[in-house]
Amino acid sequence: MSTAALRVVEREARVFRRLWRGTVFSAFVTPVLFLAALGLGLGGLVDEGGGRVAGLPYLVFVTPGLLAATAMQTAAGDALWPVMVGTKWARTFHAMVATPLRPRDVYTGLMAWTALRTTLAATMFLIVGAALGGVPSAWGLLAVPAAVLCGSAFFAPLAAYSATQHTEVAFPLIMRLGVMPLFLFSGTFFPVDQLPGWAQPVALASPLWHGVELARSATTGTFDGHSVIGHVLVLVGVLALGWYAGTCSWTRRLAG
Amino acid sequence: MASSPEALVEARSLTKRFGRHVAVDGVDFRIERGEAFGFLGPNGAGKSSTMRMIGCVSPVTSGELRVLGMDPAGDGPRIRARLGVVPQEDTLDTELTVSDNLTIYGRYFGLSRTVIRERADELLEFAKLTERRHDRVDPLSGGMKRRLTIARALINRPEALLLDEPTTGLDPQARHLLWERLYRLKQEGVTLVLTTHYMEEAEQLCDRLVIMDRGRIAGEGTPRDLVARHATREVVELRFRSASDLRAALPRLAGVAERVEPLADRVLAYTGDGDATAAAIADNGVHPAAILVRRGTLEDVFLVLTGRTLED
Ligand SMILES: Nc1ncnc2c1ncn2[C@@H]1O[C@H](COP(=O)(O)OP(=O)(O)OP(=O)(O)O)[C@@H](O)[C@H]1O
Ligand SMILES: [Mg+2]
Repeated sequence: MSTAALRVVEREARVFRRLWRGTVFSAFVTPVLFLAALGLGLGGLVDEGGGRVAGLPYLVFVTPGLLAATAMQTAAGDALWPVMVGTKWARTFHAMVATPLRPRDVYTGLMAWTALRTTLAATMFLIVGAALGGVPSAWGLLAVPAAVLCGSAFFAPLAAYSATQHTEVAFPLIMRLGVMPLFLFSGTFFPVDQLPGWAQPVALASPLWHGVELARSATTGTFDGHSVIGHVLVLVGVLALGWYAGTCSWTRRLAG
Repeated sequence: MASSPEALVEARSLTKRFGRHVAVDGVDFRIERGEAFGFLGPNGAGKSSTMRMIGCVSPVTSGELRVLGMDPAGDGPRIRARLGVVPQEDTLDTELTVSDNLTIYGRYFGLSRTVIRERADELLEFAKLTERRHDRVDPLSGGMKRRLTIARALINRPEALLLDEPTTGLDPQARHLLWERLYRLKQEGVTLVLTTHYMEEAEQLCDRLVIMDRGRIAGEGTPRDLVARHATREVVELRFRSASDLRAALPRLAGVAERVEPLADRVLAYTGDGDATAAAIADNGVHPAAILVRRGTLEDVFLVLTGRTLED
């Protein structure tokens, strides 16, 4: 990453320092509440019934799922409305590209900032998850980079897309019809083999499923070399394609 | 391109197209260091499109453009590092404080925090915002935001300041304060490149200007030259009660002045001697509702060169 993109990270950090209180809830408190409700509440019920989910206690199953899914939601949120703010409503990105920063620096810097925040939120979440007993393996630390990679694989293409938009009308639809179903059905709360047959390939095509599987390998410390490489390749591939599209669409939008 | 080293900006057949729409249609101009250079033109003339190309945030469609001796296509970041930009629409971080805005912007140029702090003090003083430095930007008045934008654009000590309609939308008092600040910058030797559709602004601030209309340059020179060349020293403005009165009077106005220009609501008579022309008009039996003798201005130049008024 260029030093120019770091300037953007620095700006975001300064904005965050002023306004962080508003974001702590969605980034940290909400996922922990989910973890408590599902992992402890629902999980207690599942485990009482003598059941295990994919061979794991439910809390252990759901912790990495929530971790990756939260990273996806954070990234999607950052990649939609804030892009409209910067390109159209407050036009702050236009101010950036009047300096030595290039559109791609702005885009890359924002992605890096989201990754940084995801790192912090995922680490805190993991600590709480571990304290509750949801992270049996010390390899679980690797779930943080897995979640960050997963988040970035969403940020890159979504922000590439939102820079082509001149109104926000499509954004709620993307959240409701795209992000929300993925959140629920990507092996986050239950294994994808519970889905009807036709839906399974769809779930497997979801970058979130790859992120969840990767995070789950880490928190449970069970690595299958082939599938780990496969998940990483898919996520890196989506990220790379998204980033390429993003450098083009951001250049067109901010310097066209 | 044969460019002598001191030209700050040089454009030849500079063209900008958006799809099939031609926003800037093959313009030539040259901006020297140390001067205040203006683009005067009505809405849609292509002023912002030109400014954005100079500011290296909009690629040239065709023609040639050199800024600070470099090519915007390849050297954008290096050129922008040496320019200050005040865009037509504010782009401030409104949820942050005045001084945060300066700091953040300075960091985009890679300036150290120490340097930024020193310059910020001076610039806040210059922009008359020292007392407001810890306040959020959002509730500031339009004039204050504009001054902050100018202060911000000066944080990198630019060799030229690009101002796109610096005072549009401000009340007269705020506008005069801004003019006074810009005049001070000019005195300090900062090159100003500005666009405006206020002829008064162009007359007050510009050493030299081009008149732009529909993507083309219709005239170029100092404000005084342009008036001398295309308008007359004085202008007699005649207002009539109705359009039919106006039309009825026209035949009797022939020959009372060097040129007679009928507009929708008034008639302009271009003349070297306004009082003599006014007398001649009365002698011809024309009695308009109101008659006014004034100096020739850039507004008149624009009308003569384009056949339209600046407000069109
Ligand atoms: N991004 C764009 N896409 C399409 N057309 C554009 C774009 N930007 C400008 N135009 C068109 O180009 C022409 C010139 O616009 P420009 O903004 O340069 O004019 P201007 O002189 O700055 O006008 P104003 O006084 O309204 O700011 C206008 O017809 C405008 O609609
Ligand atoms: Mg404009």
